[in-house]
Amino acid sequence: MIIDTDVVTLSRLQFALTALYHFLFVPLTLGLVWMLAIMESIYVMTGREVWKRMVQFWGVLFGINFAMGVATGVTMEFQFGMNWAYYSHYVGDVFGAPLAIEGLMAFFLEATLVGVFFMGWERISRIKHLLVTWFLALGTSLSALWILVANAWMQHPVGAAFNPQTMRMEVTSFSDVLFNPVAQDKFVHTVSAGYVMGAMFVLSISAWYLLRGRNVDFAKRSMTVAASFGLAAALSVVVLGDASGYTVSLNQKMKMAAIEAMWHTEPAPASFTLVGIPDVQQRTTHFAVKIPWVMGLIGTHSTDQTMPGIAELVDTAKDRIGNGIQAYDAMLMLRQDKDNAQAKATLAAHDQDLGYALLLKKYVDDPRQATLADIQQAADSTIPNVPVLFWSFRIMVGCGFYFIALFAFSFWKASKRQLDSQRWYLRLALWSLPLPWLAVELGWIVAEYGRQPWAIEGVLPTALGVSSVSAGQVLTSLGGFVLFYTALAIVDVMLIRKFIRKGPDGLGIWPPIVPPTVTAH
Amino acid sequence: MLDYTTLRVIWWALLGTLLIGFAIMDGFDFGVAGLLKVLGRDNEERLVLLEGIEPTWEGNQVWFILAGGATFAAWPMLYAVSFSGMYLAIALVLLAFILRPVGFNFRGKIHDPRWASLWDWVLTGSGVVVMLIAGVAFGNLFLGVPFQFDDDLRMSWHGGFFELLHPFALLCGLVSLSMLLAHGACWAALKADHAIAARAVKISRWMTLIYAVLYVLAGVWVAYDLPGYAIAGPALTDGASNPLCKQVAVGGSWFASYMLYPWFWIAPVLALVSAVGVQALIGRRSVAGFIASSLMVGSTIASAGFALFPFLLPSSLDPRSSLTVWDASSSHGTLQLMLIVTAVLLPIVMLYTSWVYRVMRGRVTLEQVRKVHGGY
Repeated sequence: MIIDTDVVTLSRLQFALTALYHFLFVPLTLGLVWMLAIMESIYVMTGREVWKRMVQFWGVLFGINFAMGVATGVTMEFQFGMNWAYYSHYVGDVFGAPLAIEGLMAFFLEATLVGVFFMGWERISRIKHLLVTWFLALGTSLSALWILVANAWMQHPVGAAFNPQTMRMEVTSFSDVLFNPVAQDKFVHTVSAGYVMGAMFVLSISAWYLLRGRNVDFAKRSMTVAASFGLAAALSVVVLGDASGYTVSLNQKMKMAAIEAMWHTEPAPASFTLVGIPDVQQRTTHFAVKIPWVMGLIGTHSTDQTMPGIAELVDTAKDRIGNGIQAYDAMLMLRQDKDNAQAKATLAAHDQDLGYALLLKKYVDDPRQATLADIQQAADSTIPNVPVLFWSFRIMVGCGFYFIALFAFSFWKASKRQLDSQRWYLRLALWSLPLPWLAVELGWIVAEYGRQPWAIEGVLPTALGVSSVSAGQVLTSLGGFVLFYTALAIVDVMLIRKFIRKGPDGLGIWPPIVPPTVTAH
Repeated sequence: MLDYTTLRVIWWALLGTLLIGFAIMDGFDFGVAGLLKVLGRDNEERLVLLEGIEPTWEGNQVWFILAGGATFAAWPMLYAVSFSGMYLAIALVLLAFILRPVGFNFRGKIHDPRWASLWDWVLTGSGVVVMLIAGVAFGNLFLGVPFQFDDDLRMSWHGGFFELLHPFALLCGLVSLSMLLAHGACWAALKADHAIAARAVKISRWMTLIYAVLYVLAGVWVAYDLPGYAIAGPALTDGASNPLCKQVAVGGSWFASYMLYPWFWIAPVLALVSAVGVQALIGRRSVAGFIASSLMVGSTIASAGFALFPFLLPSSLDPRSSLTVWDASSSHGTLQLMLIVTAVLLPIVMLYTSWVYRVMRGRVTLEQVRKVHGGY
């Protein structure tokens, strides 16, 4: 059946919007909760009330953000079935498991404990409350782990094979899915990015208090925690981002070539294009400023291996489409007669390329009828949007290096106890607040937009994954999301601003005027 | 390694368990939210009610997320067909689940009666929508829904939102609504300050009565008017998960499985006995009353699942495409792994959940709410 391209476009748009929106909140939760755990540990170890009050104040902001993360996370879990039904059928056997395990192992833990975190201060001992906070933090990071195991499988689908009887991918090795090298790199890179965001949030808001001369002790302590946690996180996000780049270049060569706007294979070790203007029509990069050797080192961790360019990868794709057509033909024969030995052998030889035949479904109903022009078109369609990837990646990496510098400087100032000595530094810290959001959103654009045209790299084209719903239905839900998400974003920002402006002093959290009566929720 | 047939039956039971877990745990949150404006006459009373569910609703909601995730993992076709087929209905449920977390969190963040009232309505509305749609969806399982597969197992659905609103499905929606409102009222009777609890006792009695009448009515309707589905010929219980490999006969009775496995009758009988139990117990022993309403909720869902067995989602358009326990599951390996994971983790979840309930136990009083919130 022919896929309705409007439905594909609208479904992709909806997924992109809801996922990017969800990820405005998730990384802040990931980072902030560990800061709370650190602060509360210091409270339990030193018994000094101010640290508890820090947990409570930052906890209020954490709570608002957490609610938004939970609310927008449900959408992600529903949307595969709603908008990507064929995807869900085709890979549910593999992809569903990490999502279900995420619910069982992680989301249950964080969601169950978050109530006690806010409302349990008077009901349980200090140690128990600290444990609750630590397990809450653990739950959020575990949640990220399982979601990224699922996402990594979309980037690098290991441990599964196509079953012609059920018309879907089925698991052959769970340990391969779980210990997918892409999953490990992605996990550490992503949670570190979240930790950077949490640290920046605390650093910037504290800087704002210092600029105003409010909550000085409170803010300095918060900044010290943020500076040390942020420095470790920023180093980790860049170093492990490099590991991530390495696994991408091994497993998603086209994505890597697009990020680099590397139109043709270069002799090893390839140079890194620092900036330039990628030209999609001419397949060249104008005004490229190149740094010799660097790309080869990042991508291959060697000086003698070449990295394939886009043109060469399109040729490879053409070959794989040819093989894929044979696999597709064998698959149809097996559907008629599941014991056809010759067809079994053909499918076994080429099932890695079956997905490439499915790329043709955009142009012909039956891939076996494809003309050479169709095949060329399908092979060309494997090139993602080069300029978007090129720039998104560079801005993201630029942010990463900036974070290292800022947190290193903050750490130095904190260790010299001079955090509030220079106003320009405080302003810089304040105005850096949006950058982690910019970086993480661009990171997802590189990861997901860079995977196109695939939903599952090399296995299932995105366009085939959609549900058999009408464009009108998707437009209705998309309109609803835009409406409600915008309203919620406004309320969220308004509330966060309100509580920041009130501050620990305005909320009566610190300094303590009367015996504690405020619960932070 | 357990054989494929056994694993499929276990996962059918686990799917039921998760749905029941969701209905019992999150059901009372929805019920309390639905009754917020009825039970709580002013803002302070409503705060008492909300405070009674606030520490635990978030964990409860994960039962729903998990039911979704487990369906994706163990019954991917069921997940794909139902979520995309009932698109706009699911979108409404989703909206409710988006607004609830923010509603709970944002309500007390601005001290203004209009602000609080806005979120009260949002919470009430989202509760009612979910309770109704869950029942309507179950009702549609008995009616069959209009979908079919092509040879690539791509599903197409031939119907819109309003086709889901068949009178029988609406009746099931009301069964679900009255049942969960009764359940929510039982929670309020257990948890809220005495004046509110007394009101909740009355409402829970009325709601269980309404529920019991509607439930029996739905049963009679199923028995006398709705054609049942059956797999024609011997079912291949451990074959590949491809619905198109079987034939389905329409026209029998949904009670056929009750004839085949008479112990299934435990479920509907227990549902009605529990309804009586709620009536008898809720005024005197609220914990026992709440346990009775939990049993009522659980056995009602079980009775529906039993009647449908082995069907998960019958197709009225092309009965052969119907999803059953024998042809809509994940692969043998996935079912096995997910069973091990669930067997290890679910008891741990229950352990810390019960710890949290123990920590947060006790009635929420008006005095307490005044002290902590200063009115909001």
